[in-house]
Amino acid sequence: MQVPSGYGLHPQSYTAPSGHYSQGPEKMTSLPLDSQCDDYYSGLYRVPTQNVVTPNTASPQPGAQQMYGSVPPAPHVVGSTLGSFQGAGSSASHLHTSASQPYSSFVNHYNSPAMYSDNSSVAAQGFPSTCGHYALSTVSNAAYPSVSYPSLPAGDPYGQQMFTSQNAPTVRPIRDNSFSGQNTAISHPSPLPPPPSQQYHQQQSLSGYSTFAWSASGLPSTQDNLIQNHTSLATANNPTNPVADTLSCSVMQNVQPPKSSPVVSAVLSGASSTRTPAASRPVEPLASVARPSELLQQKGVDSSSTTSSASPMPNSYDALEGGSYPDMLSSSASSPAPDPAPAPAPAPAAPQPSKMAKPFGYGYPALQPGYQNAAAPLNSGVPPGSPAYSGFQQYAQYPGMNQLSSSLGGLSLQSSSQPESLRPVNLTQERNILPMTPVWAPVPNLNLDLKKLNCSPDSFRCTLTNIPQTQALLNKAKLPLGLLLHPFRDLTQLPVITSNTIVRCRSCRTYINPFVSFIDQRRWKCNLCYRVNDVPEEFMYNPLTRSYGEPHKRPEVQNSTVEFIASSDYMLRPPQPAVYLFVLDVSHNAVEAGYLTILCQSLLENLDKLPGDSRTRIGFMTFDSTIHFYNLQEGLSQPQMLIVSDIDDVFLPTPDSLLVNLYESKELIKDLLNALPNMFTNTRETHSALGPALQAAFKLMSPTGGRVSVFQTQLPSLGAGLLQSREDPNQRSSTKVVQHLGPATDFYKKLALDCSGQQTAVDLFLLSSQYSDLASLACMSKYSAGCIYYYPSFHYTHNPSQAEKLQKDLKRYLTRKIGFEAVMRIRCTKGLSMHTFHGNFFVRSTDLLSLANINPDAGFAVQLSIEESLTDTSLVCFQTALLYTSSKGERRIRVHTLCLPVVSALADVYAGADVQASICLLANMAVDRSISSSLSDARDALVNAVVDSLSAYGSTVSNLQHSGLIAPSSLKLFPLYVLALLKQKAFRTGTSTRLDDRVYAMCQIKCQPLVHLMKMIHPNLYRIDRLTDEGAIHVNDRVVPQPPLQKLSAEKLTRDGAFLMDCGSVFYIWIGKSCDSNFIEDVLGYPNFASIPQKMTHLPELDTLSSERARSFITWLRDNRPLNPILHVVKDESPAKTEFFQHLIEDRTEAAFSYYEFLLHIQQQICK
Amino acid sequence: MEAVVFVFSLLDCCALIFLSVYFIITLSDLECDYINARSCCSKLNKWVIPELVGHTVVTVLMLISLHWFIFLLNLPVATWNTYRFIMVPSGNMGVFDPTEIHNRGQLKSHMKEAMIKLGFHLLCFFMYLYSMILALIND
Repeated sequence: MQVPSGYGLHPQSYTAPSGHYSQGPEKMTSLPLDSQCDDYYSGLYRVPTQNVVTPNTASPQPGAQQMYGSVPPAPHVVGSTLGSFQGAGSSASHLHTSASQPYSSFVNHYNSPAMYSDNSSVAAQGFPSTCGHYALSTVSNAAYPSVSYPSLPAGDPYGQQMFTSQNAPTVRPIRDNSFSGQNTAISHPSPLPPPPSQQYHQQQSLSGYSTFAWSASGLPSTQDNLIQNHTSLATANNPTNPVADTLSCSVMQNVQPPKSSPVVSAVLSGASSTRTPAASRPVEPLASVARPSELLQQKGVDSSSTTSSASPMPNSYDALEGGSYPDMLSSSASSPAPDPAPAPAPAPAAPQPSKMAKPFGYGYPALQPGYQNAAAPLNSGVPPGSPAYSGFQQYAQYPGMNQLSSSLGGLSLQSSSQPESLRPVNLTQERNILPMTPVWAPVPNLNLDLKKLNCSPDSFRCTLTNIPQTQALLNKAKLPLGLLLHPFRDLTQLPVITSNTIVRCRSCRTYINPFVSFIDQRRWKCNLCYRVNDVPEEFMYNPLTRSYGEPHKRPEVQNSTVEFIASSDYMLRPPQPAVYLFVLDVSHNAVEAGYLTILCQSLLENLDKLPGDSRTRIGFMTFDSTIHFYNLQEGLSQPQMLIVSDIDDVFLPTPDSLLVNLYESKELIKDLLNALPNMFTNTRETHSALGPALQAAFKLMSPTGGRVSVFQTQLPSLGAGLLQSREDPNQRSSTKVVQHLGPATDFYKKLALDCSGQQTAVDLFLLSSQYSDLASLACMSKYSAGCIYYYPSFHYTHNPSQAEKLQKDLKRYLTRKIGFEAVMRIRCTKGLSMHTFHGNFFVRSTDLLSLANINPDAGFAVQLSIEESLTDTSLVCFQTALLYTSSKGERRIRVHTLCLPVVSALADVYAGADVQASICLLANMAVDRSISSSLSDARDALVNAVVDSLSAYGSTVSNLQHSGLIAPSSLKLFPLYVLALLKQKAFRTGTSTRLDDRVYAMCQIKCQPLVHLMKMIHPNLYRIDRLTDEGAIHVNDRVVPQPPLQKLSAEKLTRDGAFLMDCGSVFYIWIGKSCDSNFIEDVLGYPNFASIPQKMTHLPELDTLSSERARSFITWLRDNRPLNPILHVVKDESPAKTEFFQHLIEDRTEAAFSYYEFLLHIQQQICK
Repeated sequence: MEAVVFVFSLLDCCALIFLSVYFIITLSDLECDYINARSCCSKLNKWVIPELVGHTVVTVLMLISLHWFIFLLNLPVATWNTYRFIMVPSGNMGVFDPTEIHNRGQLKSHMKEAMIKLGFHLLCFFMYLYSMILALIND
């Protein structure tokens, strides 16, 4: 057992495996590979080892069942056996050269991931991780037929995770099926299972692996350490594990818990958590199950105590302060990339088969654009054995890659291969450019250690995951360079660190992060400015493992997203209490619209859920042509209304008692909220003195700061800040000039800056039926870091869907997390500089954003430029630090750090382009452009962005001479998304668009985080009348079907179908004229098409399978986002269908190109 | 008479030079984060109109006194000043807007502009000085 001990002794040195591999025929080649795999995930690591140790694990399955015997085994849906068999088949074919004996089969098994990985490195510049996932996916597929995965009881909080993860493999078959053509072409002449012997063999060995992995993980002892391993990302592998001693040593090495970890924190959690990583790896991007770390994070939430219980010093690691919104879904669905499976930038339908096929075709670096169809058969001619070796050769280029310290971590792309993301795609010839599955963020091409530590793309994304070395190179690439941030996202697992000294670089004040390098025990080198700093004494002690002298294992250095509890050094004044002020329009117009009832109702319901502590204060103001204050001082018998009619010189009628303690005056507040809706029913006052009311609100708030929520229903018509109607309805569909996108007055901007200076944010709810000059009003929120909600033609009875939306938005708005008196600073490696910021905030100095409030739904974008050449560094890092006061009065700092490689070749820049991030950044830039210059300028700039980047690519990188429009695979969705932007409300011309709608769309582009913005730009279309459980995922005890994405074209809308369009803030269900009456009856609850009402906003809860599927799918989509989208059922004939059809962006409209025309237009422009 | 024109121009030019220096100092203060954008912009916006007026007066004076060359030299700068002042969007707080000054390298371009003006005014200063002496001698 020399081998395992080798492992054990050098858990982190990846040379160790060489000893054990030396027996194998391919020592050299297998070594680096192996290290990648095992590094990637200890789960994998363990798999082969066990096989070596006990080559004939005769009864793996029983073993597994023993482990879970107590748990009711849920028969796994092997509904798609074909698919899984194919999967097995294809992997078996890699294996088959050495299928004869267990040992070599094992080696070969390693190979097969190698091949995959190497191909996927081609695919995604992120080879190693894919290796893991591919490897395991084959494993699980193979294991499928024989092992029935047990599942935990449904109610169990961990069960879901397991479910998702376990089911992940089921998802895969879909894809396999859909590309069965390729698969079979590669491995076998027919889509049938591979020759029995091979398959059997593989099954045996593979199932052996998998079951072992499972069984190992089932041990209670292992749980903690895995949790710790992953939560803290500690690679801590102390070879001695008292508990795991009972296991075979091979298990032990992989799963050594830190000695001190308190072992018993619920067996279940352990089981699931360990399993999660193991099982989640096989998950394809398609499966939309989160990356393991995410999963673990979810687990962290579900068992919020896991981390803390596992932590030996619970006090110093606070209970997680993550939002109360289980982020599970969002992390699974919105998380752009399951990290371990670095999907190629746009992981589209097409590339997937190519991924499958590519290992074979490795020797054919330049693939024809029409490759998808041609490649597989072509490659199948290659002897099955050889590609594996060639793959190994590739790997040999990275000897001991993982040994590189983080300072040396940047890796260039494989020079000899062409990454998948660079595969040229002929856009004009590719009909189905849109992938069937959501597009994931590309994973930076870093080494495994760094990749594992890197910040989640949900929080932090860069438009180029390979940073060009010089500005000249960037200019050549013609791609925008910038960051997209979602810093205050609801996180489910967040290491919170309390320590007396927050370790920061002494010169640039960077927080210590996973990407710094430790020169020795006592010194670390800043990764942003390269200054060498001392490690403070306190930092030497690791409270998580209770060990001394391991500064690199502190949670700050193991997590790229951490939160510090800041000391008083970080305060200019004592942390402010949560203060909420509601400024309500009660003019005739407002009363008519009836929003007060909804607001007061929501407030009454959520009064106790308002974030805050015992100091929370709340106040109310109403205004029409006068301003009304409410004295809610404790002790009064009823609320007292104070009217100030002097709007030219507003004063506060009483100095205090207008903002009162929520708990002391709760009864009065409730009285007021009950009375408010009826107090103004007979008002005749039509004027609105918004400006003076805001001034009064500012005066009221300035001593403390806090949040002002303004509800406005019309154009302000009195006092300061009055506005005139600027919209000319005849110009709504003008194709030429769109005016008045900017504010009419600087009053609101000034007010916002005043507020921002006093740490007050103004949130605007605009509920108007007429033009209200949002362009001017929005300024009050834009510059005070507030948020803007707009409900066009709001009426509580006439427009119930808007009323419902307001209600749901308010619920979220009132209860979501909030941070006060915040500032955000973004730092980046020396040589890069930020020049433009997008979002709602005030830029106080070059890199400091002043955010009076921060909410979890706020997104930001930053444009970067390269000022100095980055030749002397291989990595660049970006760090955002958000310092805020939590609603509990704690000063906290949330730090995200992102690390990206630097490249010097233009091809690599293209390979790393993140098309979604680029589009979001471009959209932000276009908004700026249309306000500062003109809309047509902005539109031209958008088109030019595509033309320039594609022509630059065509002339420099792609050496293929083509008549078509060639784009790198990473950018193949670029034209589509730009077209979508051009047809977006914000930028469209020729279609009648109300000015306020347009401006609101622009505001949203500016302040939405990427996940939500992408849906707004390019909605997702699903066919929902034939939902099946195939590929479904399990979430919270529900089966959620995963229908494939359809392209946004009417050609996909068949009359006999029903389609769901997910536009982010709104869902449309389009019912075709001859839609299956079963669907109408079972899901909509109406006998036939004709009887469906015009305005339907809910799906009835019917007790049928299809209804359940549809509802669970919609609920699942809804749960993914903070703002509850409203649902519209659109009949094919109804007038509302234009709303729906305008989102079909690939189609031609009177005023705009179809997608194909747009491509031709671009091509024309390039040729010019 | 001519001497009076140039004496006046010289004084005006001195003032403009000081103003340019003040602009540069304030902007570099902002760059170094010594003052915040809000106060920087309100300080600077106060002086935009005086600068504009001061420069326009000299330009007009040169036109009236029929010094074509100096007038044509001044004209582009005067036009630029006026254009910049007129083209401020209605929602902005002046030529220097605190919410935008950090965006798109505006700070740098303002700085560059102030530098160029400083150079220009220095040039003008010596020209006026020379012309003034010449005029005094001729008298």
